[in-house]
Amino acid sequence: MPKTFLQGGVHPPECKLSKEKAIVTPLLPDRVLIPLSQHIGSPAIACVGVGDQVKTGQVIAKSSGFVSANIHASISGTVSKIGDFSDVTGYCKSALMIEREGDEWIEEIDHTETLIEDLNKSKTEIISKITHAGIVGLGGATFPSHVKLTIPPGKKCKMLLINGAECEPYLTCDHRLMLEKTEEILIGIRLLMIALEVSHAKIGIEENKADAISQFNRLIKKHPGISVVSMKTKYPQGGEKQLIKALTGQEVSPGEIPLDIGVIPFNIGTVYAIYEAVQKNKPLIERTVTLTGKKMGTPSNFRVRIGTILSDILEQAGGIPENTGKVILGGPMMGKAANSLNIPITKGCSGILFVEETESFRKPAEPCIRCAKCVSSCPMGLEPYLLGKLSEMGQFEKAAHEGITLCIECGSCSFICPANRPLLDWIRVGKNAVLKQARVSKK
Amino acid sequence: MMNIFIYTVIILVLLGSVAAVILYYIAQNFKVYEDPHIDQVTETLPGANCGGCGFAGCRSLAEAIVKSEEATGLYCPVGGDNVMNKVAELLGRTAQTKTPAVAVVRCSGSPEFRPRTSVYDGASSCALIHSMYIGDTGCPYGCLGCGDCVVACHFDAIKMDPVTMLPVVDDALCTACGACVKACPRSIIELRNKAKKDRKIYVSCVNKDKGGIARKYCQVACIGCGKCLKVCEFEAITITDNLAFIDSKQCKLCRKCVEVCPTGAILELNFPPKKTGENMVIQKSISVPTT
Repeated sequence: MPKTFLQGGVHPPECKLSKEKAIVTPLLPDRVLIPLSQHIGSPAIACVGVGDQVKTGQVIAKSSGFVSANIHASISGTVSKIGDFSDVTGYCKSALMIEREGDEWIEEIDHTETLIEDLNKSKTEIISKITHAGIVGLGGATFPSHVKLTIPPGKKCKMLLINGAECEPYLTCDHRLMLEKTEEILIGIRLLMIALEVSHAKIGIEENKADAISQFNRLIKKHPGISVVSMKTKYPQGGEKQLIKALTGQEVSPGEIPLDIGVIPFNIGTVYAIYEAVQKNKPLIERTVTLTGKKMGTPSNFRVRIGTILSDILEQAGGIPENTGKVILGGPMMGKAANSLNIPITKGCSGILFVEETESFRKPAEPCIRCAKCVSSCPMGLEPYLLGKLSEMGQFEKAAHEGITLCIECGSCSFICPANRPLLDWIRVGKNAVLKQARVSKK
Repeated sequence: MMNIFIYTVIILVLLGSVAAVILYYIAQNFKVYEDPHIDQVTETLPGANCGGCGFAGCRSLAEAIVKSEEATGLYCPVGGDNVMNKVAELLGRTAQTKTPAVAVVRCSGSPEFRPRTSVYDGASSCALIHSMYIGDTGCPYGCLGCGDCVVACHFDAIKMDPVTMLPVVDDALCTACGACVKACPRSIIELRNKAKKDRKIYVSCVNKDKGGIARKYCQVACIGCGKCLKVCEFEAITITDNLAFIDSKQCKLCRKCVEVCPTGAILELNFPPKKTGENMVIQKSISVPTT
């Protein structure tokens, strides 16, 4: 029987429109806008100035602490501007713009497609390459990977978990990677197993990606210690705690991290980036992005350079579909609606979704009818109706007591609510207030 | 039959006497002394329990005033000098005085001057929009127009103007308790000292972006050009982060800055009408509606 997590979860329509479309590499953009904060932790510090010539793969901003990540030039050319540019929310964040001149790469990067199977690498070598390459979790959380790989003394990782759930509707970028780069991903997993000193790895893939499961099963024989687990399709299976529950049956208690029960999860996209970083010295300068929407001519998967501006990639994808009401960065459940089309694609952006005008507007919120559907759908076992109300009333202390900080912001409650209440929006306000309060009192 | 009646009376009288003795003993030995001034001061305070003084309610403030020797910083903004004088009289101290203040909304970005760039269809709350994104205009500092301040006001002194989509403060009702200041996620509302006849001159903008960017999204934004700074004779104006600020303590209401402001970001309110000018149009559009 396929495995899954037990508590909560919803079944949104899958709409994986682009699952048959191979990953396309678009033409190089003429300019890229690279934000300095594309990860959780402190923003990177720019180490180039306006007018400097940069080559593809060159470090342009250095990590500013342990929980931070390097940022690299994704095209070659001249740094034309360093300043504040609006991000997906419209607020300004510091970023730098590169105007493209030619296509020059720094020497040590191997940007061919050849598969390098050499696994003769030491733990420290792998981790230092990953640190240098500025790799962060590409599933959306953008947590720097080298931090995860640095195991604090006294703790031991027993198993590596690979997240191939891709539970968000519409998104297919991980699915396509699993089909097209299967061997690269398996080598990436082997490298991670060396870095973490573990002998077992489990790849969790949802049932709706049967072709990926059989592909892995076919190629897995060469790689000892790796197994593939088929999981029942359910949202949010890709959530860290949900995935661990589905694959190992163990639960991560509140306040603990996965390492406390001896596992470390990595996303498929991240594993592929790690393969490229270690075997080919290629830093994180591109990622797979799904461009999709019901009214879109050809929904497709693109391998885009980090920092490509939305309107530039749109031209190549056939322009913005008619009657688009909302452009969402990320998936429909957790993504954020873009404020304008002049925003860059960052490391954490897995999809661009065009929602029709008729579908994009929210229905008016009505009073709560106490049906408790939000409670039964919450994968963290929280009471979203209560947390939402407490945040709305500004009672953040009570909300903290009810466990508001455990919310993973999956949006199941808002999705299932028959009264269309904006539950997650309020919970986010409360969660941010509680976390801010905690940071202030820590200082 | 008679016996039962007598026994009952005797037992009840005995019980009552014992209880009375115990209660008297407890009342005498465990007496909690409370300064009678606290009750008197509580009665003098307005009793709105608005929290404007920083305490949970009027009684908490009364306790704090009576207990503290100096009473510095303890001031009821709602009652003002009038009430504080009475309180001081009760306690035999000298009263603290403060210039009465009033809340002003420092944003003039009505749809006419600040075009909408996106459509927001979520829950109506400024705090929520502010945490989610920039808002439905291009200005990351300006009023979001959902009226968190209106909800926060205990005195019904703020209303939303349906035309300008901006909150309007009724000077007569505003008690300067500061509830709206706390409620506004963008810190647009400021408490300013009241002047004669409710006259006001202030920079009606909190945009800290560079002039060009600020002006791009809002025609009446402060661009930090510094013209007002040069013309001010009383050193009331300062410019920090591309934003001018007029200190209400220093301002002598001469209106020179209003005349030179190229964008009309400086407002003059409740002045007698003079020759028609550009600024007057803006003034009309945000003046207090008569109810």
